[in-house]
Amino acid sequence: MQDRLKELEGEAISKVESASSLKELNEVRVSFLGKKGPITEVLKGMGKLSAEERPKMGALANEVRDVISMRIESKQQELEEAAVNEKLASETIDITLPGRPVRTGSHHPLTKIVEELEDLFIGMGYTVAEGPEVEKDYYNFEALNLPKGHPARDMQDSFYITEEFLLRTHTSPVQARTMEKNNGQGPVKIICPGKVYRRDNDDATHSHQFMQIEGLVVDENIRMSDLKGTLEVFAKKMFGDDREIRLRPSFFPFTEPSVEMDISCKICGGAGCSVCKKTGWIEILGAGMVHPNVLEMAGYDSKKYTGFAFGMGAERIAMLKYGIDDIRHFYTDDIRFLTQFSVPEE
Amino acid sequence: MLVSYKWLKEYVDLDGVSAAELAEKITKSGIEVEGVETLNEGIRGVVVGHVLSCEQHPNADKLNKCLVDTGEADPVQIICGAPNVAAGQKVAVAKTGAVLPGNFKIKKAKLRGEESNGMICSLQELGIEGKLVAKEFSEGIYVFPNAAEVGTDALELLNRDDQILELGLTPNRADCLSMLGVAYEVGAILGKEVKLPETNTAPENEKASDYIKVSVAAKEDNPLYVAKVIKNVKIGPSPQWMQSRLMGAGIRPHNNIVDITNYILLEYGQPLHAFDYDRLGSREILVRRAADGEEIVTLDDTKRILSTDHLVITNGTEPVALAGVMGGANSEVNSQTENVLLESAYFTGPAIRKASKDHGLRSEASTRYEKGVDPARVRAAAERAAELMAAYAQGEVLAGSVEADSLEITPVIVSVTLEKVNRVLGTDLSEEVVADIFSRLKFDVLTDNGTFTVTVPTRRGDITIEEDLIEEVARLYGYDLLPKTLPIGTSTQGGLTDYQKKRRTVRQFLEGAGLMQAITYSLTSAEKAAQYALDKREPITLAMPMSEERSVLRLSIVPQLLDALKYNQARQNDNLALYETGAVFLKTGSSELPEEREHLAAAITGLWENHPWQGAKEPVDFYVVKGILEGLFTQLGIEEMVSFKQGAVEGMHPGRTALLSIAGKQVGFVGQVHPTVQKSLDLKETYVFELSLKAILSVEIPALRYKTIPRYPSITRDIALVVGAETPAGDLQDIIIEAGGSLLTDVNLFDLYEGEHMEAGKKSLAFSLKYLNPEKTLTDEDVMKAHDKVLTALKEKANAVLRG
Repeated sequence: MQDRLKELEGEAISKVESASSLKELNEVRVSFLGKKGPITEVLKGMGKLSAEERPKMGALANEVRDVISMRIESKQQELEEAAVNEKLASETIDITLPGRPVRTGSHHPLTKIVEELEDLFIGMGYTVAEGPEVEKDYYNFEALNLPKGHPARDMQDSFYITEEFLLRTHTSPVQARTMEKNNGQGPVKIICPGKVYRRDNDDATHSHQFMQIEGLVVDENIRMSDLKGTLEVFAKKMFGDDREIRLRPSFFPFTEPSVEMDISCKICGGAGCSVCKKTGWIEILGAGMVHPNVLEMAGYDSKKYTGFAFGMGAERIAMLKYGIDDIRHFYTDDIRFLTQFSVPEE
Repeated sequence: MLVSYKWLKEYVDLDGVSAAELAEKITKSGIEVEGVETLNEGIRGVVVGHVLSCEQHPNADKLNKCLVDTGEADPVQIICGAPNVAAGQKVAVAKTGAVLPGNFKIKKAKLRGEESNGMICSLQELGIEGKLVAKEFSEGIYVFPNAAEVGTDALELLNRDDQILELGLTPNRADCLSMLGVAYEVGAILGKEVKLPETNTAPENEKASDYIKVSVAAKEDNPLYVAKVIKNVKIGPSPQWMQSRLMGAGIRPHNNIVDITNYILLEYGQPLHAFDYDRLGSREILVRRAADGEEIVTLDDTKRILSTDHLVITNGTEPVALAGVMGGANSEVNSQTENVLLESAYFTGPAIRKASKDHGLRSEASTRYEKGVDPARVRAAAERAAELMAAYAQGEVLAGSVEADSLEITPVIVSVTLEKVNRVLGTDLSEEVVADIFSRLKFDVLTDNGTFTVTVPTRRGDITIEEDLIEEVARLYGYDLLPKTLPIGTSTQGGLTDYQKKRRTVRQFLEGAGLMQAITYSLTSAEKAAQYALDKREPITLAMPMSEERSVLRLSIVPQLLDALKYNQARQNDNLALYETGAVFLKTGSSELPEEREHLAAAITGLWENHPWQGAKEPVDFYVVKGILEGLFTQLGIEEMVSFKQGAVEGMHPGRTALLSIAGKQVGFVGQVHPTVQKSLDLKETYVFELSLKAILSVEIPALRYKTIPRYPSITRDIALVVGAETPAGDLQDIIIEAGGSLLTDVNLFDLYEGEHMEAGKKSLAFSLKYLNPEKTLTDEDVMKAHDKVLTALKEKANAVLRG
């Protein structure tokens, strides 16, 4: 009997090992361990054994069963794994095929510049002020120390609608309005982005509509050195830490003293090239200390309050920053242009 | 203003300061030097030659064979084609080996068999612009005065060994429209003295007042008129040096009298005019406003019709000059002129500005008057001009001048304290430093215990208040020496308004959804302005548009976006999705500013899904665009407040357009562009929306509050309904929501079927309804009650039956 059991064990193991599928393995399981299987059959002869041999034989039979079960178990795992691997192998794809595109939109480059500047100045305590694009002559000119007949009005030929209303030629009227709203009380700290309009024929460097960004700070004890420091923060943020800035005296009716700011030319590193007209410097903005007439007209006591203002064209900043050669690109909305500005920058 | 470096040296010591260095210093002190031009750059080997003989070329009619002494051992033969070449002339000769502008090298040559060893030059060939060459030399070679020394450098003699600084003057610095003004500026920058030209008064003889009477009727426009008389002048060319200086400053030489007036204009900044005394037609000058319709023929032989806005110089009856702008042809100095009436006048800006603008005439004179001349130089300029006419036109200057003078010059006195200077600039300058700057500027200054009292010279009309003085201090101290600080004091909180934040959210959402931001022009044509307008008002028109295409302010953005699509599609870009945010302009009362309403618009065309190798090529359709809007509204928290209703908008597909409204008020539309419009623009199927961003962003939304996540399971019931093909799905959904009560938490349409298995005129819509009670587990019974109500309502209100 003992021999028969060992024989069965050997037979079963060899069948398990040779099973090539889960189905075959199951057949092996049923044929050896089933109620009608050979081991059960063998055990039926237990009655003929002596009382001492019976438990021994029983233990042996259980041992054989366990061995077979274990082998089936491990074979089953092996087969299952193989099946999985086979399935995975059959599922392999060509990962070099193009992915399903996700549509990506993008900021217009001017919005990119404007938002970057807004965020920079918000960080320095400024709020963003906006105002109408159709303005009163008063806010566009008179409140900014440009009375009717002032020769500097020549500098910005304008689109008038009536004698009193025009398309604003700069965003400075927003400054005038904000100051007026503050009733002569400080402090004012604003940045004003917006569209402005001038009577220019559109060409590579002129546009009858463009985007301006201006800033204004009015408080007690605002100094010209504060303007210089603020402009440096702006220039380094916008154009990089390695750029030098230079302030030159200039003239604007609404500021005194007035300033024009140049940054060192990135193309030639200051040596002089065609972009900087051989000067090594590129003009990027106008600024100055708010003219006392402007403060007084807005209700501020110019003995007590001082302020600075600065203004720049977003197109010019973008053209310099990204090397864009034609201002008309900003308004034709060619997607070959627009798609180039979706990448974030530091 | 073009400034000759050599000429400037006559007034200021420039030793050790090159033209380039000077340019840099001037720029840093406030006047931008836009360029420095070296006049003889690239020119070599041009000398004065003496034409010893000149005969016709044996083989060419138009050529001359000249023998020219160039100061070397032997004269050389030169073939010259100029019509004005003649024996005895002193001329500019480019010798063999010379280089002319454009790297033009002069070589020995044979012209029609005759040897030519060099070239006799015109001024144009020496790099002078043709429009600056005096008429007598404009068609041929230049001829030097006889005194010119043979063999000397011709360019030096022409004063071309010079550099010209081009000053970009801002309107406030009219003082630098003169050499003297520039000299004062440079003197202040360098800390040098200014040498003024000396004028000697004429010897006593006949009096000018015996020859002319001057009166001014328009005193406000002309507070000072000075007339001098110069008799017996000999008209001829002005001296070589004067011609050179005029050409360097961009003025063409004419004759000695005219050149002298122009020379003084450049030197003093004071415009002068010379009349032919004998052609005036009277012995009187009367300055007055012109009469409406009065006429004058100006020097350029153009008839000008005048009005009362214009100031004229008359001979008592007829105009002889358009004051401050241009003289009259009738009294012009010409080669026969013997006696000259010289005018030096102080005209005020506005009258001159008007005349120059109305007649499109901007002259050197009018520019200076418009910007303001120095009243203190009117007489000095006249005296100096008269003296030069004596010297270079052999004129006799009559004693004295005849004046009409109502000018009152009140000295401008401005004071500023040291404390204020330092407070505004953020500096710590000493009293000495500031006082020194004022004295370098040649301002009279009294310094008393920290207060500077400055008497401003009349030449600096731009300085009127203490801030002007502070600017003078800052610019001459040096902007680059100012410290850099940041504002201190009251702290302010920076940030965006709610509206601005939401606008950024809108942009981010749309860009995340795949739309690209466009910016188009606000000005458009009258035709386009009215298209797709949400609020149809009469558009706002510019008073003086530059073109019809940009004459009117837009009422909508869609037409501009369609143009942008068309532009892109014409360049082989077919799949496009653009959006724009920006103002549209709505007319209000005539005394009110227009209402500017911010709109949001988009235009999408071509493929929306484009992944061809997997078979996904879906063109944009209505539901893509609607989905974008629904997503946007969800993002803004207003999805439940916006409703879509089928509607009609001109220019849109009548069956594929929805009107959007909030609380019953229309705020926008969405849909397909009308096929005929698409066709006219060459566009494929195109979908657009435009809505009032202002309306969307102004909706008040309740404060954000967390809702408990349900702990009980929900039960879903799916229903398929058969309804008339015309029944909008949205209506059914509304009915379901209304009837479903509080247990119904979600309704989703998941199938739409119209087709062969349906009865004609019917369609099937399948909805999935989700019921949930947040308080307890739902029973079938609860759901059945609610669900039955839904089915009943559907049957009653929409005749919808469950599909069998």
